Amino acid sequence: MYEDPMHEDRRSAAPPLQQLTFSLADEEYGVDILAVREIRSWSRVTRIPQTPDYVLGVLNLRGAIVPIMDLRLRFGLQRESYGDDTVVIIVAITERLFGIVVDAVSDVVDIEPSAIKPVPDMGAVVDTRYLKGLATYAERMVMLLDVEKLMRPEDVETLEAALPAIQEVEVAA
Amino acid sequence: MSAVDLTQFHKTFFEESREGLDAMEAALLALDSGSTDHELVHTIFRAAHSIKGGAATFGFVDVAAFTHVAESLLEEVRSERRAVDSGLIELLLRSVDCMRAMLERSSQGQPVADAESEALRVELVRLVSGEVAEPAAAAAATAPVSGWNIAFTALPHLLQTGNDPLRLFRELQQLGRLEVVRAFVTDSAPAQLSELDPSQCHLGWELRLHGAVARGDIDAVFDWLDGDCELTIAPLVEAVAAVAMPAPDTAVPKPVAGPRPVRETAAASSEGSSIRVGIDKVDALINMMGELVITQSMLSDIGEKFELSQLPRLRDGLVQLERATRELQDSVMRIRMLPIGSVFNRFPRLVHDLERKLDKRVRLELQGEHTELDKTVLEKIGDPLVHLVRNAIDHGLESPAQRKAAGKSETGTLKLNAYHESGNIVVQISDDGAGLNHAAIVAKAQQRGLIAAGQELNDAEVAELIFQPGFSTAAQATDLSGRGVGMDVVRRNVRDLGGSVGVRSVSGKGSTFTITLPLTLAIIDGLVTAVGSERYIVPLTSIVESLRLRADAVRRIAGGGEVFHFRDEYLPIMRLHRAFACTDAVTEVERGIVVVIEEDGRRVGLLVDDLLGQQQAVVKSLEAHYRRVQGISGATILSDGSVALIVDVGGVVRLGQRSRAA
Repeated sequence: MYEDPMHEDRRSAAPPLQQLTFSLADEEYGVDILAVREIRSWSRVTRIPQTPDYVLGVLNLRGAIVPIMDLRLRFGLQRESYGDDTVVIIVAITERLFGIVVDAVSDVVDIEPSAIKPVPDMGAVVDTRYLKGLATYAERMVMLLDVEKLMRPEDVETLEAALPAIQEVEVAA
Repeated sequence: MSAVDLTQFHKTFFEESREGLDAMEAALLALDSGSTDHELVHTIFRAAHSIKGGAATFGFVDVAAFTHVAESLLEEVRSERRAVDSGLIELLLRSVDCMRAMLERSSQGQPVADAESEALRVELVRLVSGEVAEPAAAAAATAPVSGWNIAFTALPHLLQTGNDPLRLFRELQQLGRLEVVRAFVTDSAPAQLSELDPSQCHLGWELRLHGAVARGDIDAVFDWLDGDCELTIAPLVEAVAAVAMPAPDTAVPKPVAGPRPVRETAAASSEGSSIRVGIDKVDALINMMGELVITQSMLSDIGEKFELSQLPRLRDGLVQLERATRELQDSVMRIRMLPIGSVFNRFPRLVHDLERKLDKRVRLELQGEHTELDKTVLEKIGDPLVHLVRNAIDHGLESPAQRKAAGKSETGTLKLNAYHESGNIVVQISDDGAGLNHAAIVAKAQQRGLIAAGQELNDAEVAELIFQPGFSTAAQATDLSGRGVGMDVVRRNVRDLGGSVGVRSVSGKGSTFTITLPLTLAIIDGLVTAVGSERYIVPLTSIVESLRLRADAVRRIAGGGEVFHFRDEYLPIMRLHRAFACTDAVTEVERGIVVVIEEDGRRVGLLVDDLLGQQQAVVKSLEAHYRRVQGISGATILSDGSVALIVDVGGVVRLGQRSRAA
């Protein structure tokens, strides 16, 4: 593991990034292991009104009220039914906790920083905002998630700027 | 400055100084009410002394200079060279106010001295005998001077007291441009160099400080050297000043004013909210923790090699665990609890000032100062209480002449009491004044259009009128009360804390205001309601009534809104399942239950499926990990571990209004 800094090998000079990989709609994603707090099986959540549909609700994590997000819905994919394999990864960004529902957790892998390539611009068709980069590991492509962007409040706010109008109509109906 | 970063102690200094000022104030008021206890004078002196010392250490020179003169005055009182009279106490009380304001400004990094503090300082200086020459110097200090001549000769033991001339010079340099006119060796120095004791100081300096520096600032620098040096400070003579004038005089003062506030701002911004917790509370926590650890190890022991025969032991262990957990919860909650005395303490001074202003005589009685309240509640209850106390003295208590005519003692009594009652804290403010003036209140309410002319009201209804927005009965508005922001604001503040306020009054005997507050904001009494498969908790304090409506009791009005008849008024129906978009809820009004809720005097019928029961809910924030959601004030955890959301009654009412407007 240890790299001698004097033994100059530029590409491996930085320590490898440990990523927790999981599968979602037959694709493989990775999330920084340092952001992961725990992995738990799916349990029922309490729905929160007036929130976008990808926020499934909140659950009680040892006294903390933690929102849970369905990554499939977040990425505009079809929602799967939740089964025994469905897992929730609890991640933390700056003290704030949230859970992401994924199909299954695979492995913890070391990824050399040099192996991370930028995400190509896919135009408006594919939303690549939440990806930090693409990495190749054991001849598989792993998409590295940018957790901070996933739950960034401004993002939520922008998305929801359009929502109240809809909700008001519903209430009035 | 020194290598140690002193700013980290600023917060403690400000806290302690505030406490010191409170102590001074309390002692002064006690002296004023005729107490001759010599210990009181000592208390005042000690408080002033430590504030001065602290201020000088931390570089708040203006505060130190001001406190220094106040201390000199107090020293005369302490050594019985000056008699205490009400004039002196009044002056000292004003000084306390002034110091408090100065400290406040220091903590915010603003310039500390102002015209008021300077004027008061001069007044104090004039009073202090033995410093007869001082007024002139003080006057000079207020007028811009071009500089000072400072002759400073160290006594041999100067270094041993921990003072360092170099530090003094640096501090002087911060005030203005410092010029060393002459440095010399004093006569105390030994003739032979071999006899020189390096721990002794045999040096003297003649210094010249250029710039418009206040005398107080220089005094503050030398504050710690009492008896360790010979010091003369004199304003620069005109001729010298003229020479030194050209450039530095205008340039110097500005950079002086610059760096200091910046440093203090940095200290102020790092100020967070903190609680002083009694060591006994912490000890109780540690004990509880110990028990919990023992129980835990016992349980894991059972779990390791579990046999059915150990079932009773397991059950015992769980019982113990439950008890320890509950006790731990209680102890942790108690840490946030502070005695209400810290709020009560400001009232003696307030009453003292009001007595003078209104020419009334009041005896203040405080009871239950040790009753503990949640810190958040405590911080917010101060203003409503001040308002009630002002009102009681201004409107409630009569003038001495009126009281005499009514056959009462000339001195009115104002009683503040705090106590526990069935899970709530009750604070009472009662006076033995005239009581509520029904005729005046009714007349005023009619004038304001709050009630119709000729409407008959009972006592309770009349009392309720004074809490209406915009109501104020003071015949002429004084600067104390009667500005129209009155009891309605008090009620709203108390309601925001989840409490209630009411009044009981007997004509000619006085009135009693009763504020009821929850022990803590963290726990509410709630009604668990079902909406479809979801659970929502409605705070019990906002519920008026729950009822089941018949289908024909619901009327539709223009625009599609639904209303029903409830106690002489039509209330809108707010379907919670629609507001919260629940899909599997009861939609027929007659099959659900309507909970009438009230917020800010507006009532709404909330349609839910069913009522599941009453429960105490520990309020958890949604914002901690998510964000604010309209119509939801927080979440709580039900006994099965699942999360239930708490309805924000005000938000839901507003949501309903918006939807009706849409």
